[in-house]
Amino acid sequence: MADDLKELKIELSKNGIFTTTLEELYNWGRKNSVWPLTFGLACCAIEMIATTMARYDLARFGAEVFRPSPRQADLIIVSGTVTKKMAPQVVRLYNQMPEPKYVIAMGACAISGGPFRDGYNVLKGIDRYIPVDVHIPGCPPRPEALIHAFMALQKKIDAQALTGESRPRHLHPDLPSEFPVPAFGEHGLEPPANPDVFPARADNPLKVLQ
Amino acid sequence: MMAILPAEEMKAKIEAGVPGASVTVHQNGSPSAQHSLLVDPEHGRAVAEFLRNDAELKMDFCSNVTGVDWLDTETTEKVKVKKTVGGPDGTETEQEVEEVRKTKTPGYLEAVYHLFSMEKKHGPIILRMRTANRSAQAHLPSLTPVWRGAEFQEREAFDLYGIVFDGHPDLRRILMWDGFVDYPMRKDYVPPADDVVVVEVNP
Repeated sequence: MADDLKELKIELSKNGIFTTTLEELYNWGRKNSVWPLTFGLACCAIEMIATTMARYDLARFGAEVFRPSPRQADLIIVSGTVTKKMAPQVVRLYNQMPEPKYVIAMGACAISGGPFRDGYNVLKGIDRYIPVDVHIPGCPPRPEALIHAFMALQKKIDAQALTGESRPRHLHPDLPSEFPVPAFGEHGLEPPANPDVFPARADNPLKVLQ
Repeated sequence: MMAILPAEEMKAKIEAGVPGASVTVHQNGSPSAQHSLLVDPEHGRAVAEFLRNDAELKMDFCSNVTGVDWLDTETTEKVKVKKTVGGPDGTETEQEVEEVRKTKTPGYLEAVYHLFSMEKKHGPIILRMRTANRSAQAHLPSLTPVWRGAEFQEREAFDLYGIVFDGHPDLRRILMWDGFVDYPMRKDYVPPADDVVVVEVNP
């Protein structure tokens, strides 16, 4: 919004007149009613459950309604180790969610495989197959960290412009809302990563630096 | 629970009970001193049935089955050999020459069973069986017909080590998917290239 419009808005509110834009109203509604999917994979899921309970109370952020069906969910919290055998099911659940949809990768395993990174059976990060909005490090992350990630996601939703080239994926008719489900191959998952989501190794910005 | 008999006596008891069986005692030097018995695979099933049915032993519970991978080993030794060497002027002299000899010992896959008796409240007896090699002849007799509880654990050893248990009622992969071809717990398993972590060290 242009600066003079913002000033006008502040000026009007001082005189008791409330103004808003459709974009602000729409994003305000969306960010305060993010419904996560009832979905957990490992010990991080226990922390996620704790976050929803009385002490941490995720309901304060409008996210208390964990939906048992991906058709009704806006957010998938990948909480725990994704094994190679589980990865196709996680991608399929994500594909079944309606747009707009968001992903939080919770904990070291969901980000990169974590302590099981050298294992033959563990996927080295769910961002190989689906686009992740917020990554939370930790093993497992504390409920405060999940709440922080959730607030980061709310800020991201709030800042999304509804028009223009930078508008989010669900407002681009050409961009996909479903991603290829990996298949079980002879030596591992085929393909090992989705190149549209996970950059190729040569120009991978996620190289570990020491 | 405590060991029933000293390992040597157990070996003698099994060899007396199962004609033709050959049992080797493997000493465990650690404080636990849980010595194990290496049984030849041909008599593995008969030895298992003997241990379960013998009135004194009654090993009615197989608590654990696992696999071990022993790689092919190559030993080098220096040997002094006498050789006739032709000199530049045509004369032949005998000289002592050192030669390096390499001997290859084929590896094997091993299945380990831990047996207890619920009835007699004693144990464990540790059985080992070894395959002939790590590739084509990785076969062992299944002990699932003797102890039903070994079924899933033998499937796991088949899945991860590639030990084929002959006589198993349902030998399929249990953890990895059916189309998977590798045996990931073998020591020479190579993970897919995309799984390997790239670490760049800043100069």
